[in-house]
Amino acid sequence: MIRFFNATKSYVRTGTAVHDVSLHVGKGEFVFLTGPSGAGKTTLLKMVYMEERPTSGEVRVSGTSSLDATGRDVARLRRKLGIVFQDFRLLEHRTAEQNVAFALEVTGAARPTIGPKVARVLTQVGLASKGTAYPKELSGGEQQRVAIARALVNDPFVLLADEPTGNLDDRATRGIFQLLREINAAGTAIMMATHNLELIRRQEFRTIEMNRGGIVFDSADQARQAREV
Amino acid sequence: MRSLRDAFVTFRRTPLLSALSVTTIAFSLFAFGLFGLVALNIREALDRLEDRVELRAFIAEGTPTESIAIAAADIATFPEVLSARTVSQDEALARARRELGEFRDVFEGAVLPASIDVRLKPGFRDPVTVRSVAARVNTFAFVDDIRYGEEWIQKLYRLRTIAGIAGFVLGLAFASVSVIIIGATIRMAVLARAKEISIMRLVGATDSYIRRPFLLEGFAKGVMGGLLALLLTWLARLLIDRYIIETVFFDQRMTAVGLLFGAMIGLLGSAVSVGRHLRSV
Repeated sequence: MIRFFNATKSYVRTGTAVHDVSLHVGKGEFVFLTGPSGAGKTTLLKMVYMEERPTSGEVRVSGTSSLDATGRDVARLRRKLGIVFQDFRLLEHRTAEQNVAFALEVTGAARPTIGPKVARVLTQVGLASKGTAYPKELSGGEQQRVAIARALVNDPFVLLADEPTGNLDDRATRGIFQLLREINAAGTAIMMATHNLELIRRQEFRTIEMNRGGIVFDSADQARQAREV
Repeated sequence: MRSLRDAFVTFRRTPLLSALSVTTIAFSLFAFGLFGLVALNIREALDRLEDRVELRAFIAEGTPTESIAIAAADIATFPEVLSARTVSQDEALARARRELGEFRDVFEGAVLPASIDVRLKPGFRDPVTVRSVAARVNTFAFVDDIRYGEEWIQKLYRLRTIAGIAGFVLGLAFASVSVIIIGATIRMAVLARAKEISIMRLVGATDSYIRRPFLLEGFAKGVMGGLLALLLTWLARLLIDRYIIETVFFDQRMTAVGLLFGAMIGLLGSAVSVGRHLRSV
């Protein structure tokens, strides 16, 4: 589903952000990406949704290869992905419903299908009663739920979350994480970059630790080695 | 349809920025329009002057009237010639008296030569053509002398060439400044929606989908700016007409070209600004 083949991403001015990463994320997996700031987590996620292409090596996501994907291919790929950020990235002048509907409108969804889909995902994230609220009228946790609803509305096979709880208090963090678990339980894979070690320790999901652009630990490898021994 | 609605929504959502864009386009085009008006009126004035370019072939005394008439008919068939009119001695005298007004006494008892007055078609009034026609008319044996104000025609044409070059260079400069200012204004409108564009891309909108409402918006702003510029130029012309000098205004074709120019600038400015933005993010 998501494969990295010796992928390296270097920038002329800032040097190497991701170095020689090989990785496979399977269907329905929940993966934590962790590591210090500047370790390459965000760049790695950007390479998944092809905002960045590797300088060398290859990234292949659901049949789309970084080597030959056109702009249109990338747009098509992103319709099958959900992306969530720390800063929510909601449009201030649109209501929660309109923010979610936006993701369907720009991909050319048929108008009659938009309303029911939006209502369904807002219910899924627990915001059925706040559809007409503007982002500034919502708490941080609620804004992130709207962002998650927008990411989910196209039924993605994977949800990419870059520090989704970075701006939230403990209670909101737990709520968002619980929501992500439910989404994962329904079959959507999750790749979540986080600094929150407490959150990771409490779970048994696959954890990939990065440092200086490389993968320094992958719990999946450890499990495999343990099985082999 | 959705792009059209998006473009309209942008006008409603950011009325100040949209009004600023339209006003900037309007004033840039207004400056260009004023320049165009000046250029048009200079050209009209030169055309009127040029209309007076005329060859006068003086006929030797005693030439039979029939020969003069045949020659005039012959000259009238020259491809460059608009008309060739015979003027008898009496007519020449009457004309001289009429033209000189209070000095008409000077011609008391005078005899003026008959002539063939030749007017040339527009486009054949340049010094070279005039000289060539004069040479051919001069081949008639009974033509004594031929006058056409050679120096005056040369000066007129020099003035016309200078006006043409100055008009082209200044027009190009005005048009370039308009394009740059309008491009910068549209870029501002694009940057104001940078977040929206980035979200569109994240959720899988294609670049052509993102570009479309901006192009429509740019086109609409260009047309509105063009209409406003046309109104301003028309008002300016009214004031000039009333207080300074009588002028001519653009005809329908020129007006349509001006509006199309505004629309194209709006469209191209948007295409360039959005294209640059999409490449940079």
